[in-house]
Amino acid sequence: MYSKKVMEHFRHPRNMGEMKDPDGIGQAGNPICGDVMTIYIKVKDGRIVDIKFQTFGCAAAIATSSMITELAKGMSLEEAMKITRADVADELGGLPPIKMHCSNLAAEALHKAIEDYRRKHSL
Amino acid sequence: MSFYEGEWMKVYLDNASSTMIAPEVVREMLPFLNEMYGSPASLHNLGVLARDALEKARERVSELIGASVGEIHFTSGEAESNNIAIKGFCRANRKKGRHIITTNIEHPSILQSIEALKKEGFEATSVPVNERGIIEPSRIEDALRRDTILVSLMYANHEIGTLHPIEEIGRMLKERGIAFHVDATYAAGRIPVNVDSMEVDLLSLSSHTIHGPKGKGALYIREGTSVEPLMNDGFKGIVLITMDVAGAVGFGRACKIAKERMGDMKRVQKMRDELIKGITEMKETYLNGDGKMRLPDNANFRFIGIEGEALVLSLDAEGIYASTGSACSSKELKASHVLLGLGLSPVEVHGSLRLSLSRYNTMEEVEYVLEKIPPIVGRLREMSPVWREVGRGKGLNEIMKEMSG
Repeated sequence: MYSKKVMEHFRHPRNMGEMKDPDGIGQAGNPICGDVMTIYIKVKDGRIVDIKFQTFGCAAAIATSSMITELAKGMSLEEAMKITRADVADELGGLPPIKMHCSNLAAEALHKAIEDYRRKHSL
Repeated sequence: MSFYEGEWMKVYLDNASSTMIAPEVVREMLPFLNEMYGSPASLHNLGVLARDALEKARERVSELIGASVGEIHFTSGEAESNNIAIKGFCRANRKKGRHIITTNIEHPSILQSIEALKKEGFEATSVPVNERGIIEPSRIEDALRRDTILVSLMYANHEIGTLHPIEEIGRMLKERGIAFHVDATYAAGRIPVNVDSMEVDLLSLSSHTIHGPKGKGALYIREGTSVEPLMNDGFKGIVLITMDVAGAVGFGRACKIAKERMGDMKRVQKMRDELIKGITEMKETYLNGDGKMRLPDNANFRFIGIEGEALVLSLDAEGIYASTGSACSSKELKASHVLLGLGLSPVEVHGSLRLSLSRYNTMEEVEYVLEKIPPIVGRLREMSPVWREVGRGKGLNEIMKEMSG
């Protein structure tokens, strides 16, 4: 069902954990549905210098959140806001159709983290 | 049977999904896949051999459940047996009434067959089980109407392994002249099943859940019970005539072994209890369903804060094969209706794990599993925002409210 890359990110997720004093926090999903993602970002000079994720969900949910942190790390906030679910799914070598919503949640959580940062810094 | 390969083992704990075919069963089937290929309907010797083998298999199935040979009909498995039992019986008896009773945790083939009958003018009542997964006979009694013609239940539940009080319900229904269908698929070979002490009129069985080949099952129809056929093959039977002699022979041998080796279940129960003890020692980890009224080989757990598909795949990487009732793991993205029927919240259902043993498992395998599960659960919990909030002292209802945006 899952590509090698998805299984790799599931078995060895990148940037997993809670962040102390994050500059922005974004959360997407719903525990009732079975997927919740939290993304923490640290921002310096308009760039994401550190990023972490926590996920309650299936292998696809864990893999997509891991992948999006890998993609977003080092990006400017503008670039990171442009990451789409398709980008995440493509980087993972594709996802089964019923799991595409996981990549959507990952993008949503990241964008919310950026919006949270901007709100806190009145940008 | 365990396959020890280097540092890790392959431990099969998904026997409720399907079982290994017993080696003796494969051996007994082989001639009917090779030189004994006659049709049981043919007049010549090759046909006679096939017919005799079929009848011997039928006899073995009947002996497992205390029925007469003529009351056993071969089907393609549990789902087909359930369909014929429910649809065939109700259609044949529609003049006597239109009301059917079942519970909210029965097998999908039972629930869907009943749904289909609603389109033909039948009505159904789904009686809720208690939080331990067991139906109280009084609740069925309260649901009975003058026009109730059938009650359909599983003896043992496929997901949580709990047992309904079948004999008590059977007696109650016999007194009132209401037909009783029992799906004994998961009970057969694990606990005694007897059509007379259970007072059943229709009973479903499956081959591949008792170490027989896939694609075979049986429907017991008590003599004198009217059942309309669902499909026609030009003959007068209620069920299509079986050409699959090999499958029937395999199923028959599996039934014989199941009856002879029922004593193995004592050892299986010990392994089950070791798993329950070890796993429920973990924080926020619980057994789903009644602790006593359950099969000797099945234990379904909920691990608060983590998701079942991630758990099953993590176990898979360690050579441990199990299943889950989480929504993410199902094709329709629906959480287990059985676990929801116990009154569990969706979050709890998503974190479920079903472990189902067989006589071929060993205590060494159980110890391996108990060693591997805690670090896997620990890793997934460390990763989980739900578990993070549990750690902050929040209850699940609060967490679900807060995180539902």
